Amino acid sequence: MIELNPFVIFFAAIFTNNMIFSYFLGMCSFIGVSNEIPTSLGLGQAVTFVLTFTTILNYLIYHNILVPLGLEYLRFIVFIISIAAFVQLLEMVVERYFPNLYYALGIFLPLITVNCAILGVSLFMVIRDYTFLQSLGFGVGSGIGWTLAIVAMAGARQRIKRTKLPKGLEGPGITLIITGLMALAFIGFSGIVQIQ
Amino acid sequence: METILITTATVTAFTGVLAFLLTLADRTIGNYGEMQITINDDKEYIVEGGDTLLASLISEQIFIPSACGGKGTCGYCKVKVLEGGGPVLPTELPWITEDELEDNVRLSCQCKVKEDMKIEIPEELFNVREYQMTVESIEDMTPEIKKLRLRFKEGEEIDFKPGQYIQLKAPIYEGNDEEVYRAYSIASPPAVKDYIDLIIGYVPGGKATTYVHKFLKEGDTVDINGPYGDFYYQDKYDNEMVMVAVGTGIAPILSILYYMRDNDIKRKARFYFGAKTPEDLFLLDEIEKLEKDLYDFEFIPTLSRVLDEHNWTGERGRVNVSLDKHIKTPEDKEAYLCGSPGMIDSVIEVLTEKGILEELIFYDKF
Repeated sequence: MIELNPFVIFFAAIFTNNMIFSYFLGMCSFIGVSNEIPTSLGLGQAVTFVLTFTTILNYLIYHNILVPLGLEYLRFIVFIISIAAFVQLLEMVVERYFPNLYYALGIFLPLITVNCAILGVSLFMVIRDYTFLQSLGFGVGSGIGWTLAIVAMAGARQRIKRTKLPKGLEGPGITLIITGLMALAFIGFSGIVQIQ
Repeated sequence: METILITTATVTAFTGVLAFLLTLADRTIGNYGEMQITINDDKEYIVEGGDTLLASLISEQIFIPSACGGKGTCGYCKVKVLEGGGPVLPTELPWITEDELEDNVRLSCQCKVKEDMKIEIPEELFNVREYQMTVESIEDMTPEIKKLRLRFKEGEEIDFKPGQYIQLKAPIYEGNDEEVYRAYSIASPPAVKDYIDLIIGYVPGGKATTYVHKFLKEGDTVDINGPYGDFYYQDKYDNEMVMVAVGTGIAPILSILYYMRDNDIKRKARFYFGAKTPEDLFLLDEIEKLEKDLYDFEFIPTLSRVLDEHNWTGERGRVNVSLDKHIKTPEDKEAYLCGSPGMIDSVIEVLTEKGILEELIFYDKF
């Protein structure tokens, strides 16, 4: 493992190793909820929020339960369950005790329980053998990167709404093409830093 | 063997702990206790908190019109929330106009019951029920218009005011991939309790009308809910009734006329019906009977595209022309209009110009 500063990982997760533009993870909600900037920003915040906490949680579960028991291969199923349960719990808590937060991003929480970017981050964290701080940087950075991507996409789609498209490309079709173009643009960042 | 046991035990323990935590959370954090919903400052209901307003109302047998089933994608289930309910959610905004925002209108499927609430709903919604009906007959009135008779299940009946409408569910069929509800006025008499008649015109590309015209067969079952609507017979004054309709707009007018016949109401009534050619006129024998049975009723069809070969001796031109000609004194009249928005707007213009008070013009735009 290369000793990378958590901040480097944080920035890399936003720009060079963006969840959407480098790994194409979390595409379902990315395509579905990127019609308007305010909603996509809300969803992005929710993803960042959940990513931060699930990365911490899964780090603890993996290193304190699975590794000591020699059950690393269970990580897929365990991570999925812990994410689903955590999001449920989080939604209940936020709804009850933080009404303002709930109105800003709580209603998006059920949408991202099954977002694969969230499972992806936890799995990458394990594969790349990150330390706790590195994982935290990676989790937060990935969330911000995802938010950046969906907000940029929403901005592009708001403009596209007023243009004429070939019928077959309307909706998801054009969104995927734009995603591809944006991903090409993001390759421009790749010289800054590489994490693997 | 040992691996299998450890794996199973770990996964079981893990899910067990989480399930326990979630149940605990549901009992404590998710438990809002009993809340009181006050409707129209009058009726009070105690419901379990935490659910959506729509679901809570349905559990109290109050049906708010909703086509999507609470997914926040149809925008029908609007109610006025006067107290409680919290801020308007982003998921509601696409459906609520600025005027409605100021009026505290909310989507009841998104707004959750987390505190005592005061809401306002139209009084007649207390009467709304869902019914599964059997199609007893489908009759062609004109090539474009069908009359549907739907029979209630044994023991069920509907209580509606003459002129009100129901919503008919068009299910998913070939060429239509979503369930939709469309409103149709009831054409049968309110006194008849075991069936209702609907008059449904064909709209090219229309989801419900295509379903009714191309797919529905006698003996099929359909889902409806109702009754709805604030267009119905008014008995406040004893004015002469000016009724105006085109095409399928005849349905609520018929129901009103039957009601007057069944209750022996002695009021003068004139029915101006607009169509293009004599072929577009239908149910003439029913109307002729009504002309005989009612105290003082006259049917005045007006045709806008008559050719010489039709030998038409009645009124010609649009209904506006006919109204302009026949209405002399406005003081003692009230009007019932049913038709397209364009027709209604132009008729209201003629009637108000004649001097009929706007509050005495009742209409149903479709």
